[in-house]
This record gives sequence, C-alpha cells and structure tokens, in this order.
Amino acid sequence: MSYLSAEDVSVAFAGLKALSSVNLKITPGHISGLIGPNGAGKTTLVNVLTGFQAPTSGAVTLDGKALTGLKPHQVRRRGIARTFQGGRLFRDLPVIDNLEVTGVGLGMSRRAAIAEAEAMLDWIGIAPLGNRLAGTLPYTDERRVAIGRALMGRPAYILLDEPAAGMSAPEAADLSDLVRRVAKSLGIGVLIIEHNVGLVLGLCDHIVVLDSGAVIEEGDPAAIRDSEKVRHAYMGTAADTVRANLEVMA
Amino acid sequence: MLQIVFDALSLGSLYALGALGIALIFGVMRLVNFAHGDVIAFSIFALLWPSTDAMAIVFAGNLPWFLLIPFVLAVGAGLSVLCEIVVFRRFRNTNPATMMIASFALGFVIRYFLLMLYSSRPKSISLLPVLSQPVEILGARLPLLQLITIIVTIAILFGLVIFLRRTRFGLEMRAAAENFSMARMLGVRANRVIMGAFALSGALAGAIALIFGIQTGTADIQMGAAVMLMAFISTVIGGLGSLAGAVLAGFLLGAASVVMQVILPVDARPFRDAFVYGAVILVLLFRPQGLIAARGTKERV
Repeated sequence: MSYLSAEDVSVAFAGLKALSSVNLKITPGHISGLIGPNGAGKTTLVNVLTGFQAPTSGAVTLDGKALTGLKPHQVRRRGIARTFQGGRLFRDLPVIDNLEVTGVGLGMSRRAAIAEAEAMLDWIGIAPLGNRLAGTLPYTDERRVAIGRALMGRPAYILLDEPAAGMSAPEAADLSDLVRRVAKSLGIGVLIIEHNVGLVLGLCDHIVVLDSGAVIEEGDPAAIRDSEKVRHAYMGTAADTVRANLEVMA
Repeated sequence: MLQIVFDALSLGSLYALGALGIALIFGVMRLVNFAHGDVIAFSIFALLWPSTDAMAIVFAGNLPWFLLIPFVLAVGAGLSVLCEIVVFRRFRNTNPATMMIASFALGFVIRYFLLMLYSSRPKSISLLPVLSQPVEILGARLPLLQLITIIVTIAILFGLVIFLRRTRFGLEMRAAAENFSMARMLGVRANRVIMGAFALSGALAGAIALIFGIQTGTADIQMGAAVMLMAFISTVIGGLGSLAGAVLAGFLLGAASVVMQVILPVDARPFRDAFVYGAVILVLLFRPQGLIAARGTKERV
C-alpha cells in the first residue's frame, strides 16, 4: 500500500511552535481534509509535506522513504503536487502555458507538455479558456487552472490549499465535484485545506483537525461532526474573537 | 516629413534594442544592469582586436559581413554571460539595490579596462562603408543604414517574440520573468534561464554596437553610456520588466527626441534633451507603474 505521511513533524519559528508532533497519512484515491482555526498550522503542514519548509524534527516519507531535505521541485517530481492560496498562477501567461511550463519543469518535452496540457484542460472542462491570459480569469476558473497545473504529470498526491475560498455555494459544489473526480477517477490521493467546514464534511473520507499546531481530533466526517473537542476549538476562537473585539471597543 | 519618421524610427530602434537588453535581465532577476552600456562599448572595440593601436582595424573589422555580425554578437553575448558567472551569480539573493551597485562597479571595470587598452580618444573605424550610401525612398533620401537599422530591429523583435512564444526556453523564460521563485518550484532550470537572458541581452548589446559603429564611424569608450541612459529610461517608462513596454517606450523616446529636434525653436534645440526628460517626468507622474506594468513586479499577498 502506497502512502504519503508526516511522522512526528514539528516546526518551530524562532521558538514559536507552529506544529508539534503532527502525524498524518494520505493514500491514493482517498480525500483527506485538514481543518482548524486560523493559525492552526495547516499551510505549514502542507509546506512541510511539499518541501517548502524543513521540519524542525520528524520526517516526511513517501512509501516509507524519507523525503526530508528535498527541494520543492524534487518533491514535485516524485509525484507530490500542491496548489497555493489564491492560485498563484503566472498571470501574464496564457492558461495553456501555465500548464505547459509545469510539464516542461517536470522534464517533459515541449510537445508532450502541450498535449498533456490540452488534455488536462479538456478533462477539467475549461478547454475554451486555454488561450486566455491567466490574470484575466474569474476567481473560480483561476482555481481550476491551479488544480490543472498541479495535475500535470499525473502526480500520486495533490495538496489543495483553500481551493474554495471566496466561492459561492454552487461554485464550491462544482469544485467538490472536480476534487472528487481527481480522487476517484484518477486515483490521486488528495489533501484539502478548507475553511468551509460544510464542504470538507461532505467531500472527505477522513478529516484531521489541527489547533495550535497539534492534531486534536481525526476521523470520518460523522465522528468530526459530533466531536466535542472540535466544536470547542472552533467555538473557542469565536469566543476569543468576540472578546478581542470587546476589548478594542472598550 | 518622411525623413522625420525614418529618423524617429531608427533612433527609436536603438533605444528599443537597448531597453530590451535591460528588460530581459530585469525580468528574470530584478537586476537593473548598468553594465549593459559598457558591454555595448566593449563589443565595438572587439572590432579592433587584437590591435590596440590608435589607427588600425586589424583583424575583426576586416571580416566579411557574414562573419563580422555573428562575431560581434558573440562577443557581446560572451561578455554578458561572463559578467553573470563571475559577478551577478554571487549576488543572486541580495536585494536589488546591491545588485544594481554591483552592476555599476562592473561597468566601470569594463570601461577602464577599455581605457587602459585603447585610451579615451575615440577611434575612427570604417565599417561596411557601403551602408552609408544614401538611398531614395518615396522622395526621401536616407542613408541605407537607417533603413537597415529599422528592418533589422523589427526582425529582431519578431524573432524574439517567436523565440519567447514558440520555444521551450522562451516559455521557461516568460514564466521565470513573471515569478522566478514559482518557476523554480515548478522545476524550471533557473541557471539556464538566467544565462540565456544574459546571452540574449549581450547579443542585443552587440547589435547596438554594430549599428552605432557603422552610423558614427567611431569607437568610443563612452558610447555605451549614452545609449544606456536612454535605454534605461525606456525600460522605466515602459514598466520595468515588461518587454513590450520597453520596446514601445524606446520607440516613443526616439520619436520624442526627433520631433523635439524639429519643432523646438532654433535657440531651444541645444536643450532638446531637457525637454525629452521633461516629457518623461510627465509620463511617470501620470503612470508611475510605466506604460505597460509587468504583473510579476507588483506586490501580491
């Protein structure tokens, strides 16, 4: 059984613990969700898994082999792709070129990269957008292109950082369908960070809840929905926010 | 009238080529390369190799044109790549101001190297004299060179567009110019892209050197600096990092210079450049981001 895992991963920034002894495992064809309040360490964990951030201790392993020390593009070549908050496309490049350059970066010939990019846009259902400049796309299409870019070269795992942020309910539902297709028909292991808890509960097979850098709960959607700890973590931040606002007003 | 148009286009061509050389490098590494002008000067002096005498064009200048042109382009490209390997590579992660100062210093090193070898007196060279003959087009008498300058520049621009659009290297370069770190994360080979940008920029410097050399018939160690200033201004008003903007602004600047020369009263003509720079200030007041702002340089959250 193949898997990507974070094992006892801790990250400290100048003494501040961003992650403490986090364990997480994702497997092909499954959708895992990563939720938690702001500042819980979700993006930091994705950064560690993709080589953007070295763990202070612990390791990232792919099928049991350590990935620690690899650069982001080396991790990418081993089949672990990601998206970024806000898409981060090359806005001055046409959509097709955004995908093509990713293929080329993975070592494909230009011809192969173009062919795969075209097939990918078609598969996602945004083929007509190929020649538009990425910077001119509406929000939702931008996110789809970002996912398409991450799918180039058929990675084994894809990590999505807030792909539905700012989307309306129907748009988020479309995105859920796309993510489900990525996992179920391409057999890719998905990890999704999302603030929209409803979307995560409806989409994921397995959910991990982070708070203040530690895993406070994990399980299937039903278990998370009923978890007292999770409710407390979210309520806690809400209460904190209210208190902070009151203090400002006073 | 036609004469003015051709003057404007040919002067603009020089500025556009210079601006392109600066914008290419700025695009991939946020370096404003002030040594660019000295690469131009160095390329023109390469025609005197291996002699350092006051008079002679010994070896390179006598090459037939089909060897001469590649030779000068290669000298420019070679020196530019050497600058990157020896100097700029070590400044890659420093802030842009540090890189810019390094490029100033490097420019002085090149210029004083030329000064040591060739002294500061301009050297007279006669390059491809056939190009200085006038031709008549639609009633205007133009030096053949002016026409060739315009055609060559347009050809270079088209070639560059095709290169950037249609080749793998061009694709990598466009991506790197917009967001270098993202391109790198996606596996684009950073060193190759940067070296390629320097080589292209250097070859453009070589092209300017050739045109300038033929036009003026002299090799002067200061000649690069003059083009460099206008080229730098073009890249700024074009929108730093935007290749199209650099070219557009180069042509506009050339046109502005020529038009001012014609319309200003005779007494004011010696101050033409002041009027041109005044126009530049006006443009920047209204569009501080440049005519065509490059997205890659904008702050994003």
